[in-house]
Amino acid sequence: MPQHTFRLNGEQVTVEVEDDVRLLWVLRDLLGVTGPKYGCGINVCKACTSHLNGKAVNPCAIPVGAVRPDDEVTTIEGLPDTVGRDLHPMQEAWLEQDVAQCGYCQPGQIMTAVALVRRVAAEGRAITDADLDGIRNICRCGTYPRIREAIRAGAARM
Amino acid sequence: MAAPTLVAAAELGLVGRPAQASTATSGIPSAEITEILDLNDLMTVAALPTSGLVTVEVHADGTVSFALPRAEVGQGITTSSAMLIAEELGVPLDRVRVGLADARPELVFNQLTGASNTTISTYTPIRVAAAVARSRLLRAGAVELGVDVGRLRLVDGVVTGGGLSIGIGALAERAASLEVLRVGVTLKDDAEFTVIGTPRNRVDALAAVTGRKQFAMDLQVPDAWPTMICRAPTINGKVRAVGNLDAVRAMPGVSDVGVVSTGVAVRARTFGQCIDAVRALEVSWKAGTVEGRSDDDVLEELRRAEAPMGLKPLVPHVDATFTFRFRSNSALETNCAVADVRPDRAEVWSSLKSPIVAKKAIAARLGLSPGAVTVHVTEGGGSFGRKLFFDAALEAAEASKLFGKPVRLMWHRADDSRQGRTHPMARSRVRATHLAGSVLSFRQLHTSVTTDLGHGLGEVITAMAASLPVGDVAFSQTFFQLSQNMPYDFGASTRQLRETGRGFNTGSMRNVYSPDMTCARELVVDQLARRMGKDSYQFRRAFLRDARARAVLDKVAEVGGWGRKLPDGVAQGIAFHGEYHSMNAVLVELDTRPETTQRRIRDGVAGPRVTKAVVAVDVGRVVNPKGLEAQMLGCLMDGIALTLTSSLHLVDGHFLEASWDNYFYTRQWNTPPEVQVVVMPSTGSEPGGAGELGVAASMAAVACAYGRATGTMPTDFPINHDTLSFEPKPAVPPVPASPTDGLTWAQ
Ligand code: FES
Ligand code: FES
Repeated sequence: MPQHTFRLNGEQVTVEVEDDVRLLWVLRDLLGVTGPKYGCGINVCKACTSHLNGKAVNPCAIPVGAVRPDDEVTTIEGLPDTVGRDLHPMQEAWLEQDVAQCGYCQPGQIMTAVALVRRVAAEGRAITDADLDGIRNICRCGTYPRIREAIRAGAARM
Repeated sequence: MAAPTLVAAAELGLVGRPAQASTATSGIPSAEITEILDLNDLMTVAALPTSGLVTVEVHADGTVSFALPRAEVGQGITTSSAMLIAEELGVPLDRVRVGLADARPELVFNQLTGASNTTISTYTPIRVAAAVARSRLLRAGAVELGVDVGRLRLVDGVVTGGGLSIGIGALAERAASLEVLRVGVTLKDDAEFTVIGTPRNRVDALAAVTGRKQFAMDLQVPDAWPTMICRAPTINGKVRAVGNLDAVRAMPGVSDVGVVSTGVAVRARTFGQCIDAVRALEVSWKAGTVEGRSDDDVLEELRRAEAPMGLKPLVPHVDATFTFRFRSNSALETNCAVADVRPDRAEVWSSLKSPIVAKKAIAARLGLSPGAVTVHVTEGGGSFGRKLFFDAALEAAEASKLFGKPVRLMWHRADDSRQGRTHPMARSRVRATHLAGSVLSFRQLHTSVTTDLGHGLGEVITAMAASLPVGDVAFSQTFFQLSQNMPYDFGASTRQLRETGRGFNTGSMRNVYSPDMTCARELVVDQLARRMGKDSYQFRRAFLRDARARAVLDKVAEVGGWGRKLPDGVAQGIAFHGEYHSMNAVLVELDTRPETTQRRIRDGVAGPRVTKAVVAVDVGRVVNPKGLEAQMLGCLMDGIALTLTSSLHLVDGHFLEASWDNYFYTRQWNTPPEVQVVVMPSTGSEPGGAGELGVAASMAAVACAYGRATGTMPTDFPINHDTLSFEPKPAVPPVPASPTDGLTWAQ
């Protein structure tokens, strides 16, 4: 069986599995990293959103064979380490706004938010309503208004 | 955590609020029945005999734990329960750990999460249990410190008095060994509250934002490999034959394949390999339970089943008919369960709102005694009515038994949407007569595809039937009559439910009848106001019977600036709904201008947008205003979707929707940029329900705003149902392949 090596939350990991198995299942079913959630498996709901080399991606749509040994995969579990703190400022903003209801979508929401704020900052501008409207992550509990507030608050501190 | 050393139960000689209903008549009760006894009173009374079996535990490390016999699915009841304990026991909130109890059959009717009843039915029992623990800790403190108990206080987890102090952890053991005295406890007076009524963040918020919160599919149960079911292309179709069992068994990662009652189960090393195997299976299917039927057939059946409205009245009247399409109550976490079935016993983990009923059903399916089946209730990723049922738990048990191995069974999103439970399609007809400034009568005939209530709520009603004032009617009728009310002084008000049509997998979605019933009623209220030349807000205000109802209505009108000038195509809508001893009003502004409705959104629906929403809520006694506000926000998002975008399309025996880009629940681009929730100051000493409360008025307010913005009263919901806004995915194979181009979307 083919072996796959990549960096996961700051550590080198190796798994043995067929090339076409999507990264989400490698993370959840083989490595026991369960922060990224399943909500559709077809790159729609965004519950599985994680970062690959700092950009938001959906591991349910990435065959593990496409991940290179020097690729850095960051899941919600590894987010605080990227800033060398116990919690990322976006997670703190989430706590302050008490965003989560059931919480199932929230790891994906936070990972999306962080990547969005970085992207917007790289474009040298502030978050707009249009940016927030463009977020595709589903929250079936309807926490959208608090998500919008938390992103603005988190962005101010990133 | 240290072993529990003090276990205090609520020793209840309590009298619940509900009055004994005194009249027993047969047939359909009068309109005012919910003022005598409503559904929540019924559930509270049913839970009362076992309330004393609820226990609070104090540990040697000074923490307090409580196993809540309800399901936490996002509604915040672990937090509000922890607050009740912190308040009555006198410990900091962060020292209280609330978990979810396993199925406990001895609780009978006291382990059912539904009808927004949790806080209503557990408010006093949990406080009493905590107060009993408190009084025993104080008595232990008196012995330990040698100070008279009357001079001691328990604050912040520390017993102090006479210049001495000791932590409750150090007292837990002694308190446990005290002879149990049946002492009466006095609950704190509302005026002394320092926790109840103050805004608190969720106790599980940190776990949620760090990814540490564990849902059923995150549990690491040894050897519980991923398992999925290959399902029929039409609703409830069953397996006739499988052509390639051996070939699929030989696929990478696959360990087991076999036929179960709902399809072909596949167990594999990863869910990805389950999906591949499900797609590879060659199955011939028997017909489903609604074979060949489409939306129009169901609508026709509803029309035929409708009760007659009677002769046209001789006075001025409004006649209106509304259609509400099938809607999916799918949560973001799909149906799922872990099962480990052995020859002589079984263990199941799942988010279950009726775990006692689930336990019995699983035992029956497995041929085991209920005592041999352990059912653990896990944290749930949303419910909206879904988790009252236990479809995945039954399947997981069946698959684990068949394979002789533990399984972690999860539904694919496509299955959850197409074969999962739906809120029934319904038609509501209204006739209201009016004359000289009065509304003389209001009659509403609601005809719905049968709602499955076979999850325990039905059992409660059946068991309590003898004490009900509704006589011997089916429990759906009881449910309907006990949950519906007419808040306006509209003369003779009558309502009737008729159910028809079986074969669908139904369930309620964040309230059973109220959103549809209320939406229809409030639209007619707007019509009446217009005919009588009155303003929509003033008209409601004049006819609302209850002062609390008028207060929430006034609040949204004031905060939302009712009547302010808006451009053509943008309008306000206002609506009211009261239930669960709670009151709710919603005001929205809806933009129906082309530049808004025609926004381009990839694989999504733009449509009219609610640009501003104001929600006012009065639940009597507020436990956690922050949690209550969160529930109102969620209800608002549901109401927006119900009116504007979300429905299932039935075509040829199956639903077309297989993805969140097909089923248009509210997304960020539909979310109001401006939202305000006003939590009214507590108006009573006991809490009302809130989890489902806000959907009805939200849905109705959006519908009323649409009518005012376009000049045409909407009658078919959601308003975009007639336009199919997506390309349906194939039904064979039943689940779509996962894409492989994820890297190209990196951003
Ligand atoms: S599970 Fe990956 S986007 Fe839905
Ligand atoms: S918090 Fe439940 S799905 Fe978002």
